[in-house]
Amino acid sequence: MKITGAQALIKSLELEQVEVMFGLPGGAILPVYDPLIDSSIRHILVRHEQGAGHMAEGYAHATGRPGVAMVTSGPAATNVVTPLCDAYMDSIPLVMITGQVPYAVIGTDAFQECDTVGITMPVTKHNWLVTDAQDIPRIVREAFHVATTGRPGPVLVDVPKDVSNQLMDWEWPETVDLPGYRPTTKGHTKQVKDAARLMGEAQRPVLYVGGGILKARAAEALRELAELTGFPVVTTLMARGAFPDDHPQCLGMPGMHGNYTAITAMQKADLLIALGARFDDRVTGKLDAFAPDARIIHVDIDPAELGKVRRPDVPIVGDCRVVIEELVKAVRAEKGKRSWPVIDPWREQLREWQARYPLVYEQFEDGPLKPQYVIDTLRDNSPDDTIVASGVGQHQMWTSQRWKFNHPYTWVNSGGLGTMGFAVPAAIGAKVGKPERMVWAVDGDGCFQMTAQELVTASAERIPVKVAILNNAYLGMVRQWQEMFYEERYSEVYLSPDLPDYVKWAEAMGCVAFRVDTPEDVEPTIQKANEIDDRPVVIDFRTDYREKVYPMIAAGTSNDEVILDPAHDPHASGH
Amino acid sequence: MSVQHHILSVLVENKFGVLTRVAGLFARRGFNIYSLAVGPTEDERFSRMTIVVDAESAPIEQVTKQLNKLIPVIKIVELAPADAVERELMLVTVKATAEARSQITELASIFEAKIDDVGYDALTVVVAGPPEKLDAMTVLLQPFGILELQRTGRVALPKLARRPAKLRAVRTRTG
Ligand SMILES: Cc1ncc(C[n+]2csc(CCOP(=O)(O)OP(=O)(O)O)c2C)c(N)n1
Ligand SMILES: [Mg+2]
Repeated sequence: MKITGAQALIKSLELEQVEVMFGLPGGAILPVYDPLIDSSIRHILVRHEQGAGHMAEGYAHATGRPGVAMVTSGPAATNVVTPLCDAYMDSIPLVMITGQVPYAVIGTDAFQECDTVGITMPVTKHNWLVTDAQDIPRIVREAFHVATTGRPGPVLVDVPKDVSNQLMDWEWPETVDLPGYRPTTKGHTKQVKDAARLMGEAQRPVLYVGGGILKARAAEALRELAELTGFPVVTTLMARGAFPDDHPQCLGMPGMHGNYTAITAMQKADLLIALGARFDDRVTGKLDAFAPDARIIHVDIDPAELGKVRRPDVPIVGDCRVVIEELVKAVRAEKGKRSWPVIDPWREQLREWQARYPLVYEQFEDGPLKPQYVIDTLRDNSPDDTIVASGVGQHQMWTSQRWKFNHPYTWVNSGGLGTMGFAVPAAIGAKVGKPERMVWAVDGDGCFQMTAQELVTASAERIPVKVAILNNAYLGMVRQWQEMFYEERYSEVYLSPDLPDYVKWAEAMGCVAFRVDTPEDVEPTIQKANEIDDRPVVIDFRTDYREKVYPMIAAGTSNDEVILDPAHDPHASGH
Repeated sequence: MSVQHHILSVLVENKFGVLTRVAGLFARRGFNIYSLAVGPTEDERFSRMTIVVDAESAPIEQVTKQLNKLIPVIKIVELAPADAVERELMLVTVKATAEARSQITELASIFEAKIDDVGYDALTVVVAGPPEKLDAMTVLLQPFGILELQRTGRVALPKLARRPAKLRAVRTRTG
């Protein structure tokens, strides 16, 4: 049967079980938008291509399925570079389809030509320029295979217009044949045994859990391992929710703005079991001083992560779920053989730190509204399985610190790239993927201004996301650094609380909007917002611009030097 | 060649853009390529890249692991210089006054080099061999005055066994 390349592309996406894609048409991709009309795939028309990319990411975060986006050539392709890089840094499965000028004119600086494959090579796991419509089904299969297996990541398929129009003989390949791509999933048996033996010797162990646990759908296996060993667990920014925050063994988030106990537990550990984590500089602080006494077991599906930053004593290449299940067996066997050290003193020490250094803030009744109070109230008035997306900055750190993530796939955030503007489109994508769940974006006023126009998309498509803007009138995180490390010399960080008028702006985009200035209005307004389910809601919370994120580890310093909230000052608190 | 070098023999799919992917990866990760040679292999689906990297800029384990992540990279063999046959080709144009000419041809014959082009006051010499031989020849030609010099970058293959494989005690893996 002869069909066009464009028809073959849509048909291939359908066969890959794509239900929804995010995008915006234009000249070079026109042929593909035509058969889309007759397709079962839902298309969500965005207002900026960056939004399409982040929506696809949010969808993938929430569902575990690959997010799909489609845009035209040239400026549209360059507009998706940010979400591609974001997905690359955070290992999000994403399939990006871009239109390209006709193959016949590539290289002539044709209208809206750009070297999309060249530009996106460093920010994709792999990319393809299609030169013959006959190859489309095979390339689409390969693209989904590469995006979703091994260490997941974004891929891009660049389709020239003449290739889309070319007739081809439809044939769907039964298998994928990529001789240079064979991810290892099963851990090496001897290494697994070695790991179990080290675990049986540790006095101060910590399970250091990263985003790989979520990618591997390994939350349940992790819980089994944690409960079997009784070891404490830290969940990195990318892994919040991979282990329930309300579990007694959970220490919460480590790293630059982690809590004292999580940071110090890693620092003083004699064994770190890194599971799908990558020793990011935001977690380790100054590398030479990081966890000096710890032996390292490192499990990752990407062999290049093992030894990239810190040399492991036991490296295990494999899928986290498969390896943890093997580890559970090995630990059981090891426990049957001999008695394990009692780690009660260690647990006692952790409890003591938790009691001594909790996260603190104070909301005065008539004082300015504290961002932490807003987040706590939002958390306590929303369902336990609410999906939370965030932007990048102070509001992100407070949300990660304070929310109780008791379920996997409830935290959607930009960790590796730290992309301002991520929250609104990512929340929309998450809501599309999980329409039955409540989805809140906790956003900064700076971030909101970068991608807010996607609320038009949300209104038009009836995607009822909710946005809490923590409006501190500043690029708050940058302000915090200028205050602490640049002698309060504030340079280009002031934004203004009421320019723009967020309520009017949100209403103009078809949302219900509220403004909250005082603590007593927080709860009733959130409750009102949570009752709205037919359109997006935006709340402009006017928060205290002076509030800083603590604890903090200054860039380049050791994790021994945790800067605590001044409220912990031994002189102030009378220690 | 004072710094320590590694030779990687990389089998890749013979498709467009593969060289860009490999070169881009090196640039991105801050690895320095000392020399690079690419050519077809016995199988037309594949090409072989011989990449020489300096060990200082590039922790070799990271280089190979990152290279392996590229989808068109099929196989990487790291060749220790002692275990490899390495060859390179060099073209050198040297000043050759009437008096110098015979000295240069003499030198060339010692090095089993050939005079490939003769000009009014210059000669172009072509020489092939292990990189050290090319280094030595360069040093000896310098006094005459080198006008232009071009080296190809190395190609390398593993050395072959001289004896039939010996039966070795199989090491048992113990816990
Ligand atoms: C696209 C982008 N540009 C710049 C930055 C640097 N940056 C990090 S946090 C931040 C401030 C964010 O301000 P806002 O959204 O108001 O959040 P706040 O810190 O005030 O909570 C900036 C500018 C970034 N992460 N991303
Ligand atoms: Mg702000």
